[in-house]
Amino acid sequence: MSYLPKPKLHHPTLPKNALGYTRRDYEGAISTLCAGCGHDSISAAIIQACWELDIEPHRVAKLSGIGCSSKTPDYFLGASHGFNSVHGRMPSVLTGANLANRDLIYLGISGDGDSASIGLGQFAHIMRRGVNMTYIVENNGVYGLTKGQFSATSDKGSKAKKGAINTDEAIDLVGLALQLGATFVARSFSGDKAQLVPLIKAALLHKGAAFIDCISPCVAFNNHEGSTKSYDFVREHNEVVNKLDVILGRQPITAEYEPGSVTEVTQHDGSVLRLRKLAPDYDPTDRVAAMNYLQERKAAGEIVTGLLYLDPDPTDLHANMGTVEVPLNRLGDAELCPGSAALARINAALR
Amino acid sequence: MRALTATNDFVVKFANVNGSGSASANTLFAKSILRMGIPIASRNIFPSNIQGLPTWFEVRVSGEGHLGRRGGVDMMVAMNPQTWDRDVAEIEPGGYLFYDSTKPLPKSKFRDDVNVIGVPLTEMCNAAYKDARQRQLMKNIMYVGALSALLQMDPAVVEALLGEQYKGKERLAQSNREAFHMGRDWALKNLECPIGLRLSPLDAVGDRIFVDGNSAAALGAVYGGATVCAWYPITPSTSLAEAFDRYCRRLRTDPETGKKRYAIVQAEDELASIGVVVGAAWNGARAFTATSGPGISLMQEFVGLAYFAEIPAVIFDVQRAGPSTGMPTRTQQGDVLAAAYASHGDTKHILLFPEDPHECFTMGADAFDLADRFQTPVFVMLDLDIGMNDWLCEPFRWDDSRRMDRGKVMTAEELEAGKTFGRYLDVDGDGIPYRTYPGTHPSKGAFFTRGTSRDRFAKYTEQGSAYVDNMQRLLRKFETAKAYVPRPIERRAAQPTRDGVIYYGSSSAAMREALVALEGDGIHLDALRVRAFPFHDEVMDFIARHDRIFVVEQNRDAQLRTLLTIEGCVDPARLVPVLHYDGTPITARFIRAAIADKASALNVVPLRKAMP
Ligand SMILES: Cc1ncc(C[n+]2csc(CCOP(=O)(O)OP(=O)(O)O)c2C)c(N)n1
Ligand code: SF4
Ligand SMILES: [Mg+2]
Repeated sequence: MSYLPKPKLHHPTLPKNALGYTRRDYEGAISTLCAGCGHDSISAAIIQACWELDIEPHRVAKLSGIGCSSKTPDYFLGASHGFNSVHGRMPSVLTGANLANRDLIYLGISGDGDSASIGLGQFAHIMRRGVNMTYIVENNGVYGLTKGQFSATSDKGSKAKKGAINTDEAIDLVGLALQLGATFVARSFSGDKAQLVPLIKAALLHKGAAFIDCISPCVAFNNHEGSTKSYDFVREHNEVVNKLDVILGRQPITAEYEPGSVTEVTQHDGSVLRLRKLAPDYDPTDRVAAMNYLQERKAAGEIVTGLLYLDPDPTDLHANMGTVEVPLNRLGDAELCPGSAALARINAALR
Repeated sequence: MRALTATNDFVVKFANVNGSGSASANTLFAKSILRMGIPIASRNIFPSNIQGLPTWFEVRVSGEGHLGRRGGVDMMVAMNPQTWDRDVAEIEPGGYLFYDSTKPLPKSKFRDDVNVIGVPLTEMCNAAYKDARQRQLMKNIMYVGALSALLQMDPAVVEALLGEQYKGKERLAQSNREAFHMGRDWALKNLECPIGLRLSPLDAVGDRIFVDGNSAAALGAVYGGATVCAWYPITPSTSLAEAFDRYCRRLRTDPETGKKRYAIVQAEDELASIGVVVGAAWNGARAFTATSGPGISLMQEFVGLAYFAEIPAVIFDVQRAGPSTGMPTRTQQGDVLAAAYASHGDTKHILLFPEDPHECFTMGADAFDLADRFQTPVFVMLDLDIGMNDWLCEPFRWDDSRRMDRGKVMTAEELEAGKTFGRYLDVDGDGIPYRTYPGTHPSKGAFFTRGTSRDRFAKYTEQGSAYVDNMQRLLRKFETAKAYVPRPIERRAAQPTRDGVIYYGSSSAAMREALVALEGDGIHLDALRVRAFPFHDEVMDFIARHDRIFVVEQNRDAQLRTLLTIEGCVDPARLVPVLHYDGTPITARFIRAAIADKASALNVVPLRKAMP
């Protein structure tokens, strides 16, 4: 269902966050996507997550490629700068933006065609570089915007709306992200807002490459019988390994849990990620085990969702490069231009 | 037998084996001549390989200060047996063949009309050194020693240079000095020194510097305030990014924290390189990439986006000949049209054409001001000849009162004060809108960047009228740029003429030399050096003032001529192409012959003679 096409009217009783903003302050333009498109639910979850985290909207930079999914940054965080770039190349644009100003929060939105087909290379390399960002793929197994062709995440054997069967092996972006060094890897489902919102929150707090593969059914082209990315299919085959609560320092711990059923991970910024285990043997801090588990369950036809891998102490591209703390885009002439005296020395050495 | 005689006016060519360590000896030879106050022009000619294949290094000694390639070889230093035959064949009659005479060669390997100078270099090295690598390296220094005696090079200058090169490494300096003198003394003792080609101290170098264009452009980027560089290795542009790294380490490291005031990404390909540049520039950093033709091809889509979405980007295109399996290590001005109209739809871009490393530096810095001012991609069009060869040029200059021109950027204060912000609104009538950096203000100034499907306030629309409105403004903006880009430089002929010549980039030195020679031939041409696209009005005035204009270029299809024809609506018949594109740098000899030839065919005669 679509959360978005509502008139932007401030109601005096709407709840406000610590910054005094209501959820409406995190909305964007009215969505032009099909009613019921999974992507709109993801936008709503992003709005909810940013509102709950008291993020100042203008401190987020939204970047996307091309596709229905990549259009969505226009539909949330209207007070943020956004960049609808070119097909499959959002990762490089985001990398550059991140290098220019390390102080903003970077949110990359992409589609399965955008990231797994045309943009697979850039997807791989941004994960390798550990760019501090939240990267969400709104995965519907088709090219929505070009009207329903199979994408590279479409499962082998999945049926197209017009009846064709996909014979190519699917690319699993979660598997790739794990292998390529992403330090936060999750999978979720646009139909499960309760699961998705805390995952987005945790990803936004994560100071490294955070990737969420969010299955997001395309009601126009891939929600039929025989598709493995339909609402019904995903609901039936969703194997949730854990449930996440994101606890910021100031929130009191209220709920009580069975001993041994809960893991807590403290992230670098102090936030606590509390994971209620549903798959008893699943350890989200073991990258290799995570990869094995995913392969196994995939072979069994299940779609594993939840927080799949977390390195609570990640490094990022800036740390690896050793750049200054001040954002590069704020450095002025004095910091950047060595001046005529240095040039005279350079000239002298060239004679 | 005839023996060429010339003082401070000859060409020495070194034929070496790639990877044999000859480069530093050859540079020592070249710099020593400069230190004697004699101008030189030097060029590397190398294949696309790392070791074992031939490389050549050519030094043109020119007391008159000609910096283009002359063509022809007066002395060949033949150190590569593989290329012996063609090297020997290249020597001018009466010229000199310098070779390693350790192993005797049959008479058939020589020419009767060439003076042969044999020095047993290998034998001397084997006697003096045990280590194989040292034998190899010192052999190179030894031939410099022998040449110094033959050509009357001042040994004190060589010693001084060795001292500077091995400052703090006295043992190395000493062993190099010894090798130098071994070669020199042997020549003085066993050969007739000097030969007909001689060096004589001059005072014609002045305060000029000797540097390659890629380093100069990289330094320009440092001075121009670039903080983000993204690149993918490709000859001949690689050394530009590497020089940026080198200069930044030295000049951009925070002295207190040791942290970097710059970021360099070696991207996975050129698509990513330009993507990083576009992202960084969108976010308010000055960013650039360096590449060559094949990379430019890959960057097309992003360049278009940057043009339409109005995002600054600086692209150093160090042009080379042909595709990857073409002649990647040979020079050409082959990307003029590809860069001018890069990408899909109606696009055109600012191009700068530096003539030498000095201009690589100034234009390298200016490119960032232009990119910010016009919020658009700017191409700096070097080529392999300028980029990878050391050129004698004016020293770099910097005015400390200069400040970066960040163009029209609306600040949080201005937004707060209620100033109207429309991302694509032409407030000042010059076609240039205001932009904001992401994160500027909590509630004002944010916008969603996309290509052209938006109105003046960056709101989504696919209306034709909004599209046309925007495209017209982009044209106005390009028109405004004409007055900001470097102006053309005109050199008038000694006497009034209706004929002109247009040239640009690395052809300039050869062109200047050719103009003097042509004047001697009685062909008088007004000459205009084009330094940028869009063309300044003066370019079109120049064309209007002349009946026929030669356009000298280093490509097959007369690309600048095409650009002039299209942009200036010039009758193509009036623009006569003079084209050199075999991968070697253009020479004055070539230009002179080509123009003289075409001039007689076209009946170009001095104006005075033409009048009854
Ligand atoms: C270079 C290029 N090639 C092709 C296209 C056409 N195109 C637009 S969107 C799209 C597919 C998008 O698929 P996906 O990323 O899965 O997004 P969705 O619409 O499914 O959300 C394609 C092929 C394009 N815009 N650019
Ligand atoms: S076509 Fe599919 S992906 Fe695109 S908006 Fe409609 S439902 Fe969503
Ligand atoms: Mg899709």
